[in-house]
Amino acid sequence: MATLFEHFNFVVVIVLMMTGLYVVFASNNMIKKLVGLSVFQTSVFLLYISLGKVVGGQPPIIAEEDLHHAPEAGAGVAKAGADAAHAGAGDVAHGAHEAAEVLYSNPLPHVLILTAIVVGVATLSIGLALVVRTREVYGTIEEDEIDNLDYHKNLEGAAK
Amino acid sequence: MQIMSILPEWILSHGAASIVVIPLMLAVLTALNPNAKLAWATVLGVTALSVFTALGLLIQVMTHGPIHYNMGGWVPPLGIGYYIDGLNAPILLLISGVALLCTIYALPSVAAEVEPKKKGPFYAAFLISFAGLLGMVVTADAFNVFVFLEVSSISTYVLVAMGASRDRRALTSSFNYLIMGSIGATFFVIGIGFLYMQTGTLNMMDIARVLQEIGPGDRVVQLAFAFIVIGLGLKLAMFPLHMWLPGAYAYAPSFFTAFLAATATKAALYLLLRFTFTVFDPSWDYIATALMILLSGMGILGMLAASLQAIFQNDIRRVLAYSSVAQVGYMLLGIGMATTLGLTAGYLHMLNHAMMKGALFIAVGAFWYRFGITQVSDMRGLGKTMPWTMAAFTVAGISLIGVPGTAGFVSKLKLAQAAAENGWWWAIGVIVTTSIMAIIYIGRMIEQAYFQPVPEIDGKPVVRNEAPMAMLIPLWIMAAAALVFGIQTEWSTSLAEAAAHVLDAGPNTLIPGAIDALPDAGGH
Amino acid sequence: MTPELALILIMLIPACAAILIPLVGRWQNVREAVSIIAAVALLGVVIWLVRFVGLSPDNRPELFLIEFAGDFELKLKLEPLGAIFAAIASSLWLVNTIFTIGYMRGNKEKNQTRFYTCVAIAIVAVMGIASAANLITLFVFYEILTLSTFPLVTHKGDAKAKKGGRIYLLILMATSLGLLLPAVMGTHVLAGTTDFQVGGIFPAGFSTTAAGILLFLFAFGIGKAALMPIHPWLPNAMVAPTPVSALLHAVAVVKAGVFTMLKVTVYIFGPDLMSNTPASTVLVWIAAISIVLASVIALRKDNLKARLAYSTISQLAYITLGAMLATSFAIVGGGIQIVMHAWGKITLFMCAGAIYTVAHRTEISSLNGLGRTMPWVFGAFLVGSLSIIGIPPMGGSWPKFFLMAGALDAGQKFLLAVLIVSSILNVAYLVPVAMRGFLLKPDDPKSDAHVAEILAKHRFVRFAPVFTAAGAFLLFFAIGPLVEYLKPILPINMTGGL
Repeated sequence: MATLFEHFNFVVVIVLMMTGLYVVFASNNMIKKLVGLSVFQTSVFLLYISLGKVVGGQPPIIAEEDLHHAPEAGAGVAKAGADAAHAGAGDVAHGAHEAAEVLYSNPLPHVLILTAIVVGVATLSIGLALVVRTREVYGTIEEDEIDNLDYHKNLEGAAK
Repeated sequence: MQIMSILPEWILSHGAASIVVIPLMLAVLTALNPNAKLAWATVLGVTALSVFTALGLLIQVMTHGPIHYNMGGWVPPLGIGYYIDGLNAPILLLISGVALLCTIYALPSVAAEVEPKKKGPFYAAFLISFAGLLGMVVTADAFNVFVFLEVSSISTYVLVAMGASRDRRALTSSFNYLIMGSIGATFFVIGIGFLYMQTGTLNMMDIARVLQEIGPGDRVVQLAFAFIVIGLGLKLAMFPLHMWLPGAYAYAPSFFTAFLAATATKAALYLLLRFTFTVFDPSWDYIATALMILLSGMGILGMLAASLQAIFQNDIRRVLAYSSVAQVGYMLLGIGMATTLGLTAGYLHMLNHAMMKGALFIAVGAFWYRFGITQVSDMRGLGKTMPWTMAAFTVAGISLIGVPGTAGFVSKLKLAQAAAENGWWWAIGVIVTTSIMAIIYIGRMIEQAYFQPVPEIDGKPVVRNEAPMAMLIPLWIMAAAALVFGIQTEWSTSLAEAAAHVLDAGPNTLIPGAIDALPDAGGH
Repeated sequence: MTPELALILIMLIPACAAILIPLVGRWQNVREAVSIIAAVALLGVVIWLVRFVGLSPDNRPELFLIEFAGDFELKLKLEPLGAIFAAIASSLWLVNTIFTIGYMRGNKEKNQTRFYTCVAIAIVAVMGIASAANLITLFVFYEILTLSTFPLVTHKGDAKAKKGGRIYLLILMATSLGLLLPAVMGTHVLAGTTDFQVGGIFPAGFSTTAAGILLFLFAFGIGKAALMPIHPWLPNAMVAPTPVSALLHAVAVVKAGVFTMLKVTVYIFGPDLMSNTPASTVLVWIAAISIVLASVIALRKDNLKARLAYSTISQLAYITLGAMLATSFAIVGGGIQIVMHAWGKITLFMCAGAIYTVAHRTEISSLNGLGRTMPWVFGAFLVGSLSIIGIPPMGGSWPKFFLMAGALDAGQKFLLAVLIVSSILNVAYLVPVAMRGFLLKPDDPKSDAHVAEILAKHRFVRFAPVFTAAGAFLLFFAIGPLVEYLKPILPINMTGGL
């Protein structure tokens, strides 16, 4: 039980992922499918973001005072970034930090997720455009009705 | 090689990046371009340039070894690196070559199938798809793969849907492809996420290095492998994740189907190879088992099921689409054997199949262009009404069957030899059975074309109306390639062997070129 | 004349004819002369080669053509079996050309130039098959043969001809691409090569299951050998004009099929592996069933050419039987049957063609009494029938004896009964044709009288069968040299007793 609570982010991810997939497979309505897809993709975002959490981490912006520190801090900052990247590995862990005094949050997962969100938005918009066109052409966005409308054309395509 | 000296310097130093960047940049310009002819000319220029670049890169890889290129000068693993070696250089050439030929074909084809106003954006979307495929193949950063994967996929969804002016089922096919493709890509990114979780890096070489340290026991890494294989498997139409393919190939505009059929699954297959053999270690138990059971097993099932389905289709494009799924099965069978000969055979089949399928789809597009033909039963008399087109179709068709003297025969024989070497006798039986099925579905079409009388309109037989030159030239180049590479097999076989060589070395090919490697030809 | 030059020539001569004939097509006599000169020249070179092959067993003529796809070479190498096949092909091409001239002109057929050209191309393919050094070369020429004989089958151009041609092409291409090609590839993969060698190319201890599967693929993949149930193409090809049937059913296509069957069993599998493989016994029985069943079907056919077609299927199965039995007598018997059947069957077909050209009759029931008006033709038919039936002193009796001896060697005594029953059936469906012609009264004396009047105009079609009938008789005495000639195809330890 304790592990479940310790790793609740994974539980959330799994629940969302499965819900999203189920909605995609089980719905007939095109928009609902897109909704399911979005939920599914959201679960992935959560996975990444929760992985990247460094407890007690600052936003990864080099603060003014750090620049005045000893030169090794400069290297340390870069190293902190790399270390935090390595530290982001594993469970939601307490980031281990070395030479640098400031603990930075790992920016990389956030960057990845931003990219993935953009991709998701683009996909969604294309999908919605397709839905609009389908509605124009077929008059419906329920997949079984579309299949019915195409039935005879599809029959033609089957071997005689 | 003397050729090296005539290549401009920028190919050697920035070729890896430019091959992706130039199409992307020009895509934006093309989208804004109101003049369709100019848009087409831009695409032609871009693809020609890409062929040139890819050729230069291939030559350099063959003579000097792998190319490491760092985007923007940032050294991996912090920066994104591009990596070209014997495994992906031939594929670059393949994708750009097919794109060039299809662009020549596009001149009449797109004019007939896409509204004039939309041609500019259409070509722009094509350039984006093209750039995405090239990027997938060239990059050495795992997340970058996902980005380019989605870039190419999203533009593909759009392009497939453009076929709606011909056949409205393109819309549902595109939507279906969108849903399945996005799920696949998301699975892939989940896998990358898990890998990142365990290794802390996204650069393929670095991941390989860290995975070697971690060893085979890590469950998260195993999970990552599973997600990556499934995600890529969907993209390359591995059975049973192939359901999107027949619809997408059948109803997309013919120019795009020809391009897609020859390139998209190949790029995904390359990624599968790259990940399975050089990022993960194929000597680990679970990977070896996955190779044998999953890849070869699904390959065999795909071969049988898809060939059988192909026989029962009446729509020519669907026949060819199911045939593509079966051919992907052949490639997976060869790859799943994981022996040098098997990998060579699978890779060789990948190269050969691109040419054969490209020719077939171009020919089918020409049939539609002249006569509006989409059904096999309408192919009556095509041998007389479109002799040259049908001849090329026949050549590519018999190459698909595997008649000696054609490229298809060479790769099938190699596959059989690899199976025999491995002791997989049942695989040989399956290859023979599917060849017989191929004879049936290709033979049906050839029989309709040559042995049925020409159809009559108002009592008069249809007059001969050959496809335009712009269609015949790329068609015959690809069909001739299928013949030439069946007789002079050295070039394609040596490329395949070089690729198999890379795969054989496993993760070790990547690791020495890891973080410390200075950019050979990198920008600063 | 060196052996290599001779090999080049046997391919080149018919090829040149194929190129020249369309060029001179307009002038009929020149065109015919080209065919005849080419046939004579070819015969000359082939005779030289036959002598050379017979005299120097260690120095087989070889010719390398082209290499493709890395592993595969197209090359030629002539050995006794191929030499004999080339010999009957070239000699009968000459005879058939003379017959064709008479037939084509007598029936005023259209598209004669296309006809002669395709025949020439087919002969190139036959020479290629006869002299092939490995399976790949043989396969390539085998396919060329199918494609070049297709226009010959559909020569008449009407709906029936097209339908017959479709079935012809369909069955032959499907079996060769679907069964024979995998068999060739399988041989390449399992034996490492497809070159023909005395005694076979598979290693000792080769799995008999694999050999069995390959053997089945070969037996049914070699569609031209018309083993049941791959036989339907043969009766369907009867829509072709009779010279084509004579060519197809005596010289080129079917002989290429059974020749390939023999070469595969003798030079690829080898007699040892054949006798160890259980599949060969199954195929022996399939061949035996083909022999009897085809004869029974022949009995019920009234159309003369159809009856002869089924007779051919039956006779071809003899050779397949010999190949599958794989004892020394059986193999040599099969080889001799190639020769004897060729001469005998072409006689029968040419007689049928003569009857059609002169009297325009195709059904056996309409032949009553015609023998009195066309004694030479029916006489030749009788002689040919006796050869096919296998009665001494006709040439066709020897293969029967050899096959019976071979069956005894292999321990298959029941096959003796099959062979005897088959001979009886042959009598039942062949002899009545000639007997009707001579013994029964004509149904329509006026039309017979008309036939007698125009007889003088059709010399070629009447005397060609007589010539081949005489040949079938004379070959009876050639048995000694023939057997000696064929001995080298067997491994050394098998030649005792011959």
